[in-house]
Amino acid sequence: MTISVTGLRKSFGDHQVLDGVDLTVPPGTVFSLLGANGAGKTTTVKILSTLIKADAGEARVAGYDVAREPDAVRAAIGVTGQFSAVDKLLTGAENLRLMADLHQLSRAEGRQRTARLLERFDLTDAAGKPAGTYSGGMLRRLDLAMTLVGRPQVIFLDEPTSGLDPRSRREMWQIVRNLVADGVTIFLTTQYLVEADELADRIAVLDGGRVVAEGTAEELKRRIPGGHVRLHFADEDQLGAARQALAEATREGEGLALRVPSDGSLSALKTLIDRLDERAVKVGEMSVHTPDLDDVFLALTGKATEKVN
Amino acid sequence: MSTAILTPADRKFHPLRDSATMLRRNLKRMLRYPSMTIMLIGMPVVFLLLFVYVFGGTLGAGLQGGGGRAAYANYVAPAIILMTITATVQGTAISIAMDMTEGIIARFRTMHIARVSVLTGHVLGSVIQAMIALTAVIGVALLVGFRPAASFGGWLLTAGFLVVVTFALVWLCVALGQVSKSVETASNIPMPLILLPFLSSGFVPTDSMPAGLRWFAEHQPFTPIIETMRALLMDKPVGNDGWIALAWCAVLALGGYLWSKKLYNRES
Repeated sequence: MTISVTGLRKSFGDHQVLDGVDLTVPPGTVFSLLGANGAGKTTTVKILSTLIKADAGEARVAGYDVAREPDAVRAAIGVTGQFSAVDKLLTGAENLRLMADLHQLSRAEGRQRTARLLERFDLTDAAGKPAGTYSGGMLRRLDLAMTLVGRPQVIFLDEPTSGLDPRSRREMWQIVRNLVADGVTIFLTTQYLVEADELADRIAVLDGGRVVAEGTAEELKRRIPGGHVRLHFADEDQLGAARQALAEATREGEGLALRVPSDGSLSALKTLIDRLDERAVKVGEMSVHTPDLDDVFLALTGKATEKVN
Repeated sequence: MSTAILTPADRKFHPLRDSATMLRRNLKRMLRYPSMTIMLIGMPVVFLLLFVYVFGGTLGAGLQGGGGRAAYANYVAPAIILMTITATVQGTAISIAMDMTEGIIARFRTMHIARVSVLTGHVLGSVIQAMIALTAVIGVALLVGFRPAASFGGWLLTAGFLVVVTFALVWLCVALGQVSKSVETASNIPMPLILLPFLSSGFVPTDSMPAGLRWFAEHQPFTPIIETMRALLMDKPVGNDGWIALAWCAVLALGGYLWSKKLYNRES
């Protein structure tokens, strides 16, 4: 296992941020820690990247204990946090060369690697401009490029796309996919379910300092009975008639729509339509919803009611 | 690639090379942001002109043996030189605080580099910056009537002494910059350093002060530092002040270094 964590605990004053977290990440995979703001994602990354110490529990990264062998861990990892860790007064190329120097690369090797990373992250044109003039997406790319100068075995990406526009977000996803192709292990935190769904081999849902679910995106979706059929009506009369026919339906707020729990299969739909036909209910629109990770997330983190109501 | 053969646990630290890298980073930042250096030179120069041309005539007449403006220029120059240093180290506190508020320090903390190099890079950069500012300020002082009597050797000793004083005060400010939660506080916390030269023998002799203030002025570190500079530049015997000044510098440097290191290694 490239990352293994058992019983990790951390509190800041009275506030228990991590309350016994267990995780394992096999080499060469993308692991996503999913959670709302304040769930403990960043704290977990800070502990695993040796920035802070856990109160209890054990964590090993790349075979080294983060508490007892932090220097060896640091030599194996690269971290890109949610706040850009670049020197905004230096140019993009200078930032990369700074990293090359700190990794004790020779001048020639440093220049070569800098040029290659600038090319790969589409920053060659901006290489000579101060990083302070970069857009959000460019800063994030430079940030990740700086992390890659040292060729880390394990990369921590703490909310790598928060605050990025959709195009930059997609570019970032592609970059992450390419990294995995190179054999790097990636530990990604995100509050975007789509992102975990797109990138991660395994997902752990963190809530209130605990892992409340873990598995592949498919496994997690299967655990949640979030599928339903949504029926929309022209007026209150039709809606009322439908409610009489379908006792299990719930109304969507004050609107003219009902939600009927269903697995979305053809036979289930046929039964539903037959029942509505019997009472001659006129349905305006009908749509089938299968559970997505949003349903999973909301159900697992105890906020499902918000969505249903 | 040579580093690929080594396992992470085998990697060695290179404190000298890392410090040199960090120094290069700080010098580049100074070049990109020259207004800071210009301010460091401008502030003491304004005080110099103010004290020589506005107050100098009257203050000079009050000096032992009188002498007017010309004598006062000689008297006040060491205080202005010290102000140049305190302004520079205030700048150090600000740039440390700026670093801390940006993510780059967190990046350095997760990297396998000699940890202290982040701080030594700032310290060496500030010492170089102070030497540039001091050269400019002393140049202006010479233009407005400062007439030191020091020989070449005396100047060398002065230069060495100024490096020592800067080094000590920079370490103190590296700690103060880290203690600050924001860039604003970082520019305010070192204020006493800017004020202390006024409460010393720098601008007027201490024997003209009321008893309590006089006691403070004679026992605070900046008085022996200024007296040592004055003696070196005017080619007078330094006496005990030199040792007291060096002892203060040693205390400030060591205290600042240990405090800074502790702050840097604390959890973020």
